[in-house]
Amino acid sequence: MPLETLEQILARAGAAVPGAQLSLVKNDSPCAQHSLAVDVEHAYAVAQFLRDDPQLRLDYCSNVTGVDYLDAELSEKVKVKKLVDGVEKEVEEVKKTQRAGYLEAVYHLYSMALKHGPVILRQRTPGRADPVRVTSLTPLWRSAEFQEREVFDLYGVLFDGHPDLRRILMWDGFKDYPMRKDYVEPDDYEYEPTPHDEVLARAKAHQAAQEVGA
Amino acid sequence: MLGTGILKGMLETAKNFAGSYHDPARLTTVEYPEQRIASKENARQFPFLVHDTEDPMKGLRCVACQICEKECPPQCIYIVKSKDKRADYKGQMQLYPVTFDIDLSVCMSCQICVEVCPFESIKMDTEFELSNTDRFGGLLVNKHQLAKSNDHYRKIHPSEAAASDAALAVEVAKAQAKAKADVEAKAKAAAEAKAKADAAAAATPVGAVPSAPQPSSPATGPAAAPAA
Amino acid sequence: MDAPANRTVQSVGQGREGELLEVAMGPQHPSTHGVFRMDVVLDGETVVKLKPVFGYLHRNHEKIAENTSYLGSMPYTDRLDYFCSLSNNWAYALSVEKLAGLQVPERAEYIRLITAELTRVLNHTCLAGFLLQDMGALGTPLMYAFREREKILDLIESLTGARMMCNYMRFGGCRCDLPPGWLDEAKKVVAEYPKFLDEFDALLSGNEILMARTQGVGKLSAELAISAGITGPMLRASGVDYDLRKVDNYGIYSRYPFRVPLGDHGDVYDRYMIRMLEMRESLKILEPALNDIPDGPVVDPKAKLRGFRPKPGEAYGRIESPKGELGFHLISDGSPNPYRYRVRPPSLINLTILEDMCLGQTIADAVITLGSVDIVLGEVDR
Repeated sequence: MPLETLEQILARAGAAVPGAQLSLVKNDSPCAQHSLAVDVEHAYAVAQFLRDDPQLRLDYCSNVTGVDYLDAELSEKVKVKKLVDGVEKEVEEVKKTQRAGYLEAVYHLYSMALKHGPVILRQRTPGRADPVRVTSLTPLWRSAEFQEREVFDLYGVLFDGHPDLRRILMWDGFKDYPMRKDYVEPDDYEYEPTPHDEVLARAKAHQAAQEVGA
Repeated sequence: MLGTGILKGMLETAKNFAGSYHDPARLTTVEYPEQRIASKENARQFPFLVHDTEDPMKGLRCVACQICEKECPPQCIYIVKSKDKRADYKGQMQLYPVTFDIDLSVCMSCQICVEVCPFESIKMDTEFELSNTDRFGGLLVNKHQLAKSNDHYRKIHPSEAAASDAALAVEVAKAQAKAKADVEAKAKAAAEAKAKADAAAAATPVGAVPSAPQPSSPATGPAAAPAA
Repeated sequence: MDAPANRTVQSVGQGREGELLEVAMGPQHPSTHGVFRMDVVLDGETVVKLKPVFGYLHRNHEKIAENTSYLGSMPYTDRLDYFCSLSNNWAYALSVEKLAGLQVPERAEYIRLITAELTRVLNHTCLAGFLLQDMGALGTPLMYAFREREKILDLIESLTGARMMCNYMRFGGCRCDLPPGWLDEAKKVVAEYPKFLDEFDALLSGNEILMARTQGVGKLSAELAISAGITGPMLRASGVDYDLRKVDNYGIYSRYPFRVPLGDHGDVYDRYMIRMLEMRESLKILEPALNDIPDGPVVDPKAKLRGFRPKPGEAYGRIESPKGELGFHLISDGSPNPYRYRVRPPSLINLTILEDMCLGQTIADAVITLGSVDIVLGEVDR
């Protein structure tokens, strides 16, 4: 696919949209689909650049994925030079960092005109506390309309500038966001006689809660 | 001319209508349940457990390793392991399932349990007429209902069963060869041989007894070696 | 309310001229292809507003997949677009192979191509039948289509063991080899299929009623189609040359020459004809592929069935499923379950512009426009 490297795209997009905070997100899997992370404020301008630039012409937004990352402790092995018994040696140390959780909307962009892609664009929210906001790209690509609605429905990410942000798959009165990693199912459990211990335990707990409630 | 397309179409339906009286290509349905289409060899409906002996419960190949229970995508299998052990088809002491239930109302016939089973003990049946008046209990089948003989398996999936039998025969041959070697070793020096047998037993796959495998007496029965 | 004695029988609409009527079509409606609802506002018979409502078949497939192993999701993908379980399997297997860097043996690539093209033929056959059913040709075309579909389903059953829920592909290949005699059976079906297509064409494609009913109905411009991410036959009916089999060159499609039919008008008739033509192109791929298939293993021996844990990373894999671009976006964190499993459903995204296509048309045309989109609710709602 005759597509410039992601570093080049990043440099040109950064030049075209002053103030945009762009960074490269590495992907370690064998397919090496690296992606561009962009800050929420400049996402629209960067996306517009990607769509309208004559070399890129990413006129087709294939896929919008919502992802939830919880607060996590990341541990990575770092080689550190240390004095061991008076001799300087390289020692592997486990470095632990706290990562604040965030939600993410990932856009897979292709070009139907030039038949290349994907360029992957990520918008990350600063944190997980509601309300989480990102910029809607539906005005640029209609195909994002239902998919952003779905991300809103299942993850609770608000898309600023979306023309019709309603629940799409869950019903209107539904409260929670079921795809979040910390989602807890409501206790509306219906007992069905399967032999699993856990099912029976759950049914028992549910019945006990009902009795207390009544 | 307007209407030719419609007339052409009517001609086609007329051909089909006339053909449906004599042409087998136009007559594709059968009168179920009086007539039936033979089941395909690969066809699968719901799982069953294979047994080798007259008494289905004694000859179950299942060793209650619970791999299928873990891998089953809709979690429709439920197994309780036995406390004691009994000899399997090659004379090795193994656990057996005290309870083996499959909830057919949950099962989605995906065959993953069959693929992951290392003991050739769960296979797919071709029985599909399972309608029942009891919505829950009627489709929750236990190991007595699930157990079917190897002959049944050979009948419904001949080539697959042949491959399965061959694989088991290889296992049996291996076990016999090992048993023979063990006996010879025993004859050499009793104390040393015992230690060796222990080592060999420790190297056998999942569920094997860590103590002496008792290879010379495969018919010891289930009560022979109570588990700790 | 008036007392019963004072009430008179009124005809429907009396005194309501010029008022708008709101109709909820579905979720139980024969022409919505499942549990799909369109909230339509009508001015007389003309559609002035149309809002699709989804979720009646929602089971949160993606959440289920995040709680199941990579292999355990394979049978669930069958249930997305239940007409095309083999191409769903392929899309998922392809994405996982991208994620884990697995190779697929030659024979498995051929089997995948053959089964995917059979699935395409099967899907388009059914769609043609359903579309005619929506137009009011009750029964006959649909039954003819189902008769032919049955031949392909028989092939699929003798290969995979199930007619529709195949669960056949595995990461790095296919589950089992072709049964003896299968290739001859398949060749026979493929050789006889053009006869059916000719029959169907004679029956309908030149039919004046069909033309009057479909031409100029549900028009979609190329610009809007691209922006709205429409894929598959619907996009090509609007004249955009974008077929992933040509663009991405996945599998072994580059070895077989085939043409991509394109439409001029983007109306319902074009969408119907594109599918009829695509079936013939698929048969052109199938014929040589069934002859060329080499011997060999059908699954990569290094691929693990149990305990499959791809390294952390992510991958987006997509194929040209019969309905459009079917993609799977997988994010792995190194555990046996995917961290994120996202399906890019062509049926859902192709519905984005349903309102645009239906506005200003009669309600009966909205029904066939929806029929020509080709949706399966298992995939729309997931």
